[in-house]
Amino acid sequence: MQLTMFCTRVIARKLYVNVSRLKVRHKHFCTDAATRVSGSNCGQPSPEHKETHDLSNNIQHYDIAIVGGGMVGMALACSLASMPLTKHLNVAIIDSNPALGSRPYFNKEDPPDPRVSTVTPATISFFKDVGAWQYIEQHRHAYFDKMQVWDYTGLGYTRYNAQDINKEVLGCVVENKVLHGSLLSCIENTDFQKTIYPSKLSSMTLPPSPSSLGMDSTSSRPPLSSQRHLAKLELSDGNSLYTKLVVGADGGKSRVRELAGFKTTGWNYSQNAIICTVEHTVENGCAWQRFLPAGPIALLPMGDNFSNIVWTMNPKESTNRKLMNEDEFVKDVNNALDYGYGPHPTSSLFGSGEMFSWPRAGVTLSANDCFEVPPKVVKLASERMVFPLSLRHASDYVSKHVVLIGDAAHTVHPLAGQGVNMGFGDAFALSRVIAEGIAVGSDIGEVTVLKKYEAERKPANIMMMGILDGFQKAYSVDFGPLNILRAAALHGAHFISPLKRSIISYASGEQKLPLFT
Amino acid sequence: MASKLVRHSHLRALSFSINNYIRSPHFSTPNRAPLSYRLFSNASSSSSSSARPDKSTGGFQRASSLKDLELTKFASIAETWWDSEGPFKPLHVMNPTRLAFIRSTLCQHFSKDPNSARPFEGLKIVDVGCGGGILSEPLARMGATVTGVDAVEKNIKIAHIHADLDPVTSTIEYCCTTAEKLVEEDRKFDVVIALEVIEHVANPAEFCKSLAALTVPDGATIISTINRSMRSYATAIVAAEYLLHWLPKGTHEWSSFLTPEELVLILQRANITVREMAGFVYNPLTGRWSLSDDISVNFIAFGTKNCQ
Repeated sequence: MQLTMFCTRVIARKLYVNVSRLKVRHKHFCTDAATRVSGSNCGQPSPEHKETHDLSNNIQHYDIAIVGGGMVGMALACSLASMPLTKHLNVAIIDSNPALGSRPYFNKEDPPDPRVSTVTPATISFFKDVGAWQYIEQHRHAYFDKMQVWDYTGLGYTRYNAQDINKEVLGCVVENKVLHGSLLSCIENTDFQKTIYPSKLSSMTLPPSPSSLGMDSTSSRPPLSSQRHLAKLELSDGNSLYTKLVVGADGGKSRVRELAGFKTTGWNYSQNAIICTVEHTVENGCAWQRFLPAGPIALLPMGDNFSNIVWTMNPKESTNRKLMNEDEFVKDVNNALDYGYGPHPTSSLFGSGEMFSWPRAGVTLSANDCFEVPPKVVKLASERMVFPLSLRHASDYVSKHVVLIGDAAHTVHPLAGQGVNMGFGDAFALSRVIAEGIAVGSDIGEVTVLKKYEAERKPANIMMMGILDGFQKAYSVDFGPLNILRAAALHGAHFISPLKRSIISYASGEQKLPLFT
Repeated sequence: MASKLVRHSHLRALSFSINNYIRSPHFSTPNRAPLSYRLFSNASSSSSSSARPDKSTGGFQRASSLKDLELTKFASIAETWWDSEGPFKPLHVMNPTRLAFIRSTLCQHFSKDPNSARPFEGLKIVDVGCGGGILSEPLARMGATVTGVDAVEKNIKIAHIHADLDPVTSTIEYCCTTAEKLVEEDRKFDVVIALEVIEHVANPAEFCKSLAALTVPDGATIISTINRSMRSYATAIVAAEYLLHWLPKGTHEWSSFLTPEELVLILQRANITVREMAGFVYNPLTGRWSLSDDISVNFIAFGTKNCQ
């Protein structure tokens, strides 16, 4: 029995290869299908049409189809591969990115890519659990154990130390391509059954609800009924596949979200972020963030003498700064991280605790740390990339047979580098919920199973989005009294230990809901 | 407030199966008390006209032999049974908790790998009072060879249509029959499960004897029911039937509920030793059920049949 199943799979896989060679002819069929089935709950195509269209046997069946093999999608695949209850699952990964097909290779001599993520201790332990962190350690990565946040008014600053939350590090800055590559290497070294489709999703047909299952000719039942509980995906290269569960890990412009009809709420900030890699003369071991009138600038350590810049500003400024010559840009950056827009926060204003006379007993260690100026930037080490900022949140993460993770469910302001950490949190939670479902014999496409994932992640994500959005809003107004309040908040946070601890541990992904604990 | 909510939810647990028949238009046959759908004893099968198994096939009905019109009708009922957001939602929400208990006790007793996705491979399990198959299907996905029986023919048809959707569950054998009739047929199972059935049975002691007779020596028997406590009286009878009118008066006869001690005793007389017992509690904040040692309302018992 097992043997025959295996054989069929091998044959089917061969067929799949053959079919992909017939690309052109197939494409025709598919465009038809795509226009026909553009909505979410469209009815099943008529049986006759199905027969000819499906070429019957070469349509593969999967337990899970992950649409989008980026960092979050691959994290889900790795997590599934690492758990005893889910490692047997048959998974399809749909992504046209050629990086998925090849072994990752990075040249250590190259300067770091500007696309980086600040991963939290929670994400690091997740990577360690699935067995992917060892690959990151083979490449460039930069732990940091200090963080300094201040603002342009010179009224307040705060410094965080890893010791404040009894951790060795506050986080680690890793290039996105290294994060992605480590997940790929990790999954390549398991015997996890995965099939990569180098293509794009063009249409999705969800199974009709049982009541609308046409009780048609009972003779055609067996082939039909075995697919009635499955979602059908059609790809842009003409391939199709059936799956119990579709995971939308396809980013902020998720096609899965669109096809499944999930609504989103959100807004654009009419702000852009410039990101780039810069070089210092010394190594940077601290994460720096300064709030400027137009938005925050962050300087994140990248290892060696490199740092990463994420600088938020209005679109006009971002165009100027992208086009200006390198020397001017470097000067601008140094200015923004030093005396530009306002003075350094000094101890003469609030520092000795005259105005904020908190009981010293609860003061954290780093409260004694003085304000420091970040290391000077001497050279631009990459191109400057500009991204528009937006906030978007799907009103639902799940419906029958469909689930959204990562940016497909929530896109955030990159203020604290939380976006991808939220996505990794999603991937981890979803894989665990799937494992729990399998443990009690649930159909993994069932809403009741998937709702647990939504119940776990939605409040956490919304809270993080609220905090980040609040920060963004608070700093987008330059108004005297508000500045003082803001500075007081920042300054207060510096001295009240429990509050500060909970802010950091929340920002580092350790705590679920600081308000309820 | 919180305690109110807890009660409320307990009450829902007690009432879900019956309550939903009332709301489902397909089932509101005027002359039949909704209760009869869940009945499972000798007495009930004689009172229910629809529960007449076909002798030649042992009550095993293929859905394909049904008329189109009937099928359409049953399919829409099946939708109600299986709509996890519909009237049966409480049952779907509670199901994983029941299955977690079943999984852990059976894995331990039969020395199965708790990390396996199909730990019940090789076990023959009968689900007595299977309804629409909400318990039978997960058991089949966990690898068991499952037989689901229910005295109500309609339930069996619904269960059948739904199980056919997935190749893994289409192997379930559904029969419209009773535990007593299975005993007559001399059927034996490694595990006999009867959840939320015994409180509707005319003679629980006889029912337990039938369950025991279906269990192989050293096999397992799992029963869940409602305790006869002041709390269950307040929730299942007073609130559900008299205050909220969720259930017709007389749906549950409180005096016929069994206390855990009584259940242990009648199972002991039927040659089954209870090894494990747990209560179900509902957390209104998370909306989830969990196992606990509070057996004052809903509880589940795992026993093994003594070797003669």
